[in-house]
Parts: sequence; structure tokens; C-alpha cells
Amino acid sequence: MGSITLQKVSKVFGEAKVIPSIDLDIKDGEFVVFVGPSGCGKSTLLRLIAGLEDVSGGKIVIDGKDATERAPSERGLAMVFQSYALYPHMSVRNNIAFPLKMAGMDKAEIDKKVADAARVLNLTDYLERKPRQLSGGQRQRVAIGRAIVRQPSAFLFDEPLSNLDAALRVNMRIEISELHQQLKTTMIYVTHDQVEAMTMADKIVVLNKGNIEQVGSPLELYKNPRNLFVAGFIGSPKMNFVKGQTAAQLGAHTIGIRPEHVMLSNESGEWKGRVTVAEHLGSDTFLHIDVDGIGPVTARGGGEFAAKAGDTVYLTPDKTRIHKFNEGGLAI
Amino acid sequence: MARKVTTQRKVIMTAIAWTLGILIFFPILWTFLTSFKSEADAIASPPQFLFFHWTTENYSEVQSRSNYLGHFMNSVIISFGSTLLGLIIAIPAAWAMAFSPTKRTKDVLMWMLSTKMMPPVGALIPIYLMFRNSGLLDSRFGLVIVLTLINLPIIVWMLYTYFKEIPGEILEAARMDGASLAKEIIYVLTPMAVPGIASTLLLNIILAWNEAFWTLNLSASKAAPLTAFIASYSSPEGLFYAKLSAASTMAIAPILILGWFSQKQLVRGLTFGAVK
Repeated sequence: MGSITLQKVSKVFGEAKVIPSIDLDIKDGEFVVFVGPSGCGKSTLLRLIAGLEDVSGGKIVIDGKDATERAPSERGLAMVFQSYALYPHMSVRNNIAFPLKMAGMDKAEIDKKVADAARVLNLTDYLERKPRQLSGGQRQRVAIGRAIVRQPSAFLFDEPLSNLDAALRVNMRIEISELHQQLKTTMIYVTHDQVEAMTMADKIVVLNKGNIEQVGSPLELYKNPRNLFVAGFIGSPKMNFVKGQTAAQLGAHTIGIRPEHVMLSNESGEWKGRVTVAEHLGSDTFLHIDVDGIGPVTARGGGEFAAKAGDTVYLTPDKTRIHKFNEGGLAI
Repeated sequence: MARKVTTQRKVIMTAIAWTLGILIFFPILWTFLTSFKSEADAIASPPQFLFFHWTTENYSEVQSRSNYLGHFMNSVIISFGSTLLGLIIAIPAAWAMAFSPTKRTKDVLMWMLSTKMMPPVGALIPIYLMFRNSGLLDSRFGLVIVLTLINLPIIVWMLYTYFKEIPGEILEAARMDGASLAKEIIYVLTPMAVPGIASTLLLNIILAWNEAFWTLNLSASKAAPLTAFIASYSSPEGLFYAKLSAASTMAIAPILILGWFSQKQLVRGLTFGAVK
């Protein structure tokens, strides 16, 4: 079991209202990602669920029981920290065994569970090492090992991959997703990286200034962003926003079009512009274009699309993929 | 670019450093030398540096006149006892201040330090009366208590600076892993802070070992540590420079040896937080 419900949860630090009021339902077995820019309150929200911070108001219900006043150790949750937070004076074995020792489990059972976790995470050969003798990825795995041995009702991840290099981050991302499929335990994952959110989540919670902007599956958020913030945050490169006449013609205050929904051509198109920067990634080409009468627009072309800075190109937005927003920034 | 250091500059700096070092060390050396002189040689004018009649009679005299071992044991019990008791109180206190600070934490730290600014003699009479009324005068237990209290601010301050360096996330991880507060301190915080705790321990043993004001005023014979043993040789009955020196040498030798072997820890402890 691992359902978590937040009811009107709020958090105030001194004068600052970090989280005004949040309601959220997390179902058993879900992989939920909290995503948002730094300072949006996503880590605070996770720490409130963990019990590392006290709520200023509202209720946190875990598995149907009110856990608002319970200590972190009594909530049955496990957490993986950004800094890994391994115990530097303990071997890998003792790091993983620590939560079991704290639970008062007998030694034979601890040994068995540690061995199992080490096997799953490819750490068997490193059990006697100290954390400082491990690489970043291995440390991350130890931190995950320490979380899984206890079979918690939910895992909390606080930006666990942000200290890893890019290649390793992709690997660990996949490993965590696989782990979730194996264990089928609720996972709450905090990140500022929308790629991690899109690739891993069953459900994304987009946060901004302590408020939930939108909750939905990755594709829901991609296809139907509720407002300008979500539209701009989800998707990479960012959605282009166009205001003024072009938008007014379509009956909106602002229109949004994703770079991948703009067709590029060297000969003809609806909009004409000049390339300011061309990024050739091999698989894709991203062009930053200064469009006449509209302003800067990013467009994605095929990997082979030949264009360099200063070239004139033509753009045609895919009409069916245009997002319209009113003056308040809400989707129409 | 590194600063260029000329040879001349190096020579001058080395000379100054050595001069200062010798100047600081000289009283200890002189005490040591005097302890091997006869009483007459000890007060001879001009003073004799090395070429006098070397004798160990002061040491045997001191040994026969007073119970060195008894005082030594008192010193050990009082300095180690007060330091250990202080650590037991200070570790949780420093934990609270470092990891769960409030708006007033800085004030509390400052207030604790301010108690060290008052001349101890200001508190002598009330403490003396309290000791007398509770029968703690001339007891090791009483001295352990009073030295614990006077060194506690330093212990808390030192531990606080060490604990501040430990990432709070590790303690939070322990909490998430189901550790109670006591287990968090025993299994996670304390082992990680061992170097800091060791420096604090050493420095406070030395401070307590050398503490003379309270030990002299609150003890007579039974609980008297080595400070009282030295003081007993500076009596108005006559000049006992040589014997006084022998007693001093015997009193400071153990702590000098301890200090020598733990130099590294001590230097780290004393300069901790100064450079980051």
C-alpha cells in the first residue's frame, strides 16, 4: 500500500508563504513527479510529506491514516537525497543495513535483505567499501539500496540525479524506471528537469510559486497545457509564444506553437525570417529565427536541414497544433 | 602568481620564529633546569645556565614530602571526568544548536561565551558557600562538577563549529531510516564528528588539568590535584625554587607528553573554522 493524500497542506517560513494551499491525491503504485523551476516549493512539499518539515496547516494522509503529526521514522516512507546523504563512516553493507538495524530486525534476515538489494543494484562487489571509494553512480545506487531494503510504502526522491553527469543521468533514469516497474511501489520524484518528468512519470505535478499549475500524464500536459506557465515549462525546446496581431487573428491574446510543430522550408511558407543561431544536433536541427513582424521563434528541422546563421527561411505553423491563451494566460 | 619569497626574507622570518619560540619555551626550560639545581644554585646571581652541580635530590625530596601519585590521580580524575561529563552534556546541546537552530540560538551561544568573560573570583563566594553547605568542599566530585561547568561553554562552542560542518541531510537520512533522536546522535552524528570530538576532548583535558583557581580554592588535601601540589611549594616559610621547579616539572610533564602526541589533533582543534 502506498496512497498519499494532501488536504489543504500549507507551509509558511517566517513571513514567506512557500506553499499557500495544496490538495493532491497520489494513488498506490503511481510514479508521480513534482516538477517546477527552482524555488517553486517542490522540495519543500516533498519534505512535508516525508515529515522532515512540519506543515503549517492542512492534513497529510498516508494509507488512509492521518500522518500529519507523525515523525519521519513512523511514516513508512524512504527517501533518496540529492547529495545521496550516505553515512560516510559506514561500509556500503552497513549503509544499506542501517534502516533494518533501526527496525530491530535480526542479523540473518538483515544479511539476506542486504544481499538481495545489492544484487538488484549491482553492488555485490562493493559491499565492504566506504562511500568515498565509490563513483557518483554507485553512491546513488547505495542510496537507492538503503531505500528499497525496508520495503517502504512509498519512495521519495529529491532531485536524485542532479549531481551525476549527463550520460550517467540517462542510465540512472532508466534504472529508476525499471525499479518502479519491478517494485510497483509508489514513487514521488522531485526534479527541475522536465525531461526527467516527461520520461519517468505516470503523473506530473507542475508547481509554480507553491501552487499546483496542472496535474496530468506527460502527454496530457504536452497536448493540453492548462496555462502559459505549463505550456512554457513542458517541452524542450520551449514553446514559442506569439502575441499581437497574429494571435488576435486566431481569436486569442497569445498563441503558442511548439518548435516541432513549425514546418521549415527554404523556398516558401507562411512566415519569413532570418536564422540567428543554428544548432545542429545530428538527429535534429534547432533554428532560432527572427521572424518578420513576429519576433524570435525556435523551430525544429530534420537533422539534415541545411541552414546557417543569416540564411532566410520560411516557416509554416501546424494550425491543428496551435495553443490559444486568453489575457489571463489560461488556455482557451 | 605566487608571491616571491627572497632568501633574505626567509632567513629573517625563520630567526624571528625561532626567537619567539625560544622565548615562549624559555620559562619551561628554566623550570626544568632549576629542578636539577641545589637550592643555593637556584638563587645564585648571576644565574647559572648549564654548568652547575646537577642533582636529583629535589625530586626525591618532593617525592618523600608529598604524595605525588595521589595528586596526579586527582588531576587525572578531575580533568578526564569533567571533560567527559562536559561532552555528554555538550553533544546534545551542540546538536540542537547546529541542526535545529532557532532565532535565539546565536544569543544563547553568545550568552554562554559571556560567562567566560566574568572574572571567576566574582562567583567564588557563592560557589564556595554552596560547596560548603552541600559538603562538596575538597571532594573530587565537587571539582569535577565545577570544572565541567566552567569549561562547558568552550566544549559547546567547539562542538557546535564541528557539527555545523556536517551536512544536515545525512541526519535527515537517518531520521527517514527510522532512527530515533538518541540513535541518530549515537550511530550517525557522533562517529562522523569523531575528529572534532577528539580535539575538543584533548583541549579540555589540558584546560582542566591546568585550571588552578577553582581547584586551589575548593580543595585542601584529599581532592587536591597537581596544581595544589605545586602551590604547596611556594610557601612563605622560605625559598624553595628548586623544589618548586621539580614539583612543577612533575606536574606539567604528563600533560606535555599528552599534548606532544596529539599535536596534530590539537592544532586542528584550535584553528578549526578559522580557514575554510
